[in-house]
Amino acid sequence: MNDVKLIKGADIVGRGRADVLVRGGRVAEVGTPSAVGAEVIDADGLVLLPGLVDLHTHLREPGREDAETVLTGTRAAAKGGYTAVCAMANSYPVADTAGVVEQVATLGRAAGYADVQPIGAVSVGLAGERLAEIGAMADSAAHVRMFSDDGHCVHDPRLMRRALEYVKTFDGLIAQHAEEPRLTEGAQMNEGAVSAELGLPGWPAVAEESVIARDVLLAEYVGGHVHFCHISTARSVEIIREAKARGVRVTAEVCPHHLLLTDEKAHTYDPVYKVNPPLRSGADVAALRAALAEGVVDAVATDHAPHAPQDKDCEWSAARPGMLGLETALSITVAALGGPGGADWDLVAERTSRTPARIAGLSAHGRDPEPGTEANFTLVDPAETWTVVPTELASLSQNTPYAGMELPVTVQATFLRGRATVLDGKVAEEIK
Amino acid sequence: MKHLLTTKQLTREEAELILDLTGQMADAVSGREVPKLPTLRGRTVVNLFYEDSTRTRTSFETAAKRLSADVVNFSAKTSSVSKGESLKDTALTLQAMGPEAVVIRHPASGAPQRLTQWVDGAVLNAGDGTHAHPTQALLDAYTMRERLGGIEGRTVAIVGDILHSRVARSNIWLLSKLGARVRLVGPPTLLPTDIDAWPVEISYDLDASLKDADAVMMLRVQRERMNDAFFPTTNEYARLYGLDERRLALMPGHGIVMHPGPMNRGMEIAARVADSPRATITEQVANGVWVRMAVLYLLLTNGDAQ
Repeated sequence: MNDVKLIKGADIVGRGRADVLVRGGRVAEVGTPSAVGAEVIDADGLVLLPGLVDLHTHLREPGREDAETVLTGTRAAAKGGYTAVCAMANSYPVADTAGVVEQVATLGRAAGYADVQPIGAVSVGLAGERLAEIGAMADSAAHVRMFSDDGHCVHDPRLMRRALEYVKTFDGLIAQHAEEPRLTEGAQMNEGAVSAELGLPGWPAVAEESVIARDVLLAEYVGGHVHFCHISTARSVEIIREAKARGVRVTAEVCPHHLLLTDEKAHTYDPVYKVNPPLRSGADVAALRAALAEGVVDAVATDHAPHAPQDKDCEWSAARPGMLGLETALSITVAALGGPGGADWDLVAERTSRTPARIAGLSAHGRDPEPGTEANFTLVDPAETWTVVPTELASLSQNTPYAGMELPVTVQATFLRGRATVLDGKVAEEIK
Repeated sequence: MKHLLTTKQLTREEAELILDLTGQMADAVSGREVPKLPTLRGRTVVNLFYEDSTRTRTSFETAAKRLSADVVNFSAKTSSVSKGESLKDTALTLQAMGPEAVVIRHPASGAPQRLTQWVDGAVLNAGDGTHAHPTQALLDAYTMRERLGGIEGRTVAIVGDILHSRVARSNIWLLSKLGARVRLVGPPTLLPTDIDAWPVEISYDLDASLKDADAVMMLRVQRERMNDAFFPTTNEYARLYGLDERRLALMPGHGIVMHPGPMNRGMEIAARVADSPRATITEQVANGVWVRMAVLYLLLTNGDAQ
């Protein structure tokens, strides 16, 4: 494999065209470098973005390799323009020990398609009772600094307080799945007019908002960093906006599906639209889009949740919640931030790459190409559209809610430390 | 009309056609020596019941048999379902038998709609979760038409656990479509949130709701709901929302008392009220067979053999 690449003619994060010379996995020069013998990649008409970073990915390995593996999940990530993903802790066994997080990190390195940063569980077995060995996971070879019981809320206020305090020793953060469990027992979809009609038990917005309000106060009190996973309501945005204005160490992510789809989709009773937190109202979608543009919401995170066919090919209430996201996130983010025509690429890079990299502590990612930085970036065709076909996705699973939809922008190539994980829109057969 | 999943999907014309056919079924069979019509001879109707419901299953079975259809009863309790077979696999198994209609009762809202994707025959919703129970609403509407001489302009109070009631949901859409004024009565805990767009009035006061009601429909309230703080005690519920003789006297003289069954006597309805001539409870059961005959006939013949 040629160690020297010249990426010619790309629009660098919307700031104008330049050539990027990559040598030994790092950017050597940006501008009009000459490089005899370099492998030339024609990027005319493409936009170069720093490689996307996902704060919230379910890779399903170990435990549910029938739905996704680290290999297939990171191939899907690369195809979506990602160079790094944070793997959620709800595997089987749970990633609540140094051994499991190191295993996941090792699998990621072996696959080679994206850097895999494990997230550790806050509590043993995600049970919400005792703290997991957070220090051991932080000190492990996986260098965990973000902890989450995602899928479950750390609902015990005392445990949440202790966790926020404890991770201060290494400047870590707690990623909270905000859901007051007593308000969502048996819940199947957003509580509102649609759930009333469909006779599906409602998941009220206040179940998310009340936990966010509480945790903002806890984080403020102990001086810890709380990050809110997949916020889904307009009121959550307001609480976070107010907390940030007061200087509380709070960050938040939004999922692509909450930027595009509403609970009206439940009329189909097709569980491909079942997700937790659920699809909300059009007013929530509008508020989340505005908050993402404004920066109250810091990052787009996929909550990529692959599921085996039998877990979705059933009654709504029997289905598992969650939907695929890695391969469609960039397209939906571009659409949500104004569409490909007037896309603010710097803003797209900020919300999908730079800020999530900063939150996750991945200093080699989320960097615009400058001499010396790792060559982690993606090339996007802003003029092309594509139609989502579940069987054509790189993920092992097919539970995408966007089947048949035409989405803007395509990922043409992705580079991880200079190696093409995706080229000409196709995932590399293997990473040498 | 290919399936009957909800009353919301019915047009007013379709609903009125079903009610007209119901009357014709009653007339055609009543008084016959052999109370059977040959209409669906050679057709197979599967009753796929995932919940215990002797009354609804028996009603559908009787209706199908009176139309001379072959009936297969597939009960979740006695089948491979209890061994964990998925709805889809069960549907594919049934599909292999080629039934013209599947009547499904299921605890999951939306299960009948899912079933339409896996079987070719007509799907009749016999009650899904807390979503819909269209034949119950149709038999209620038919009962009102018979007893009140019509539905247009009549006031109907639906009382009790609206939140968990598929009967209420189906009646709301059907009765409002047929021109009735529908009033929901119950404690706020048992009313769904965000129903401003529903074609109904809302009241928390049963006494005030009865004075102009041509019909009052009392819903079954599960005693266990008090464990989830929907109401404090069964006694308090009965005091505030139970229909007793004092309250019955508040209704106009022609007003009728309906209940989809099974009743909790002494809870939502007093025994003397349930047994009074104003109550239509056993009539509703009898009418259920005619309504289900009408629906089966319509779905399986497209009305061709009329």
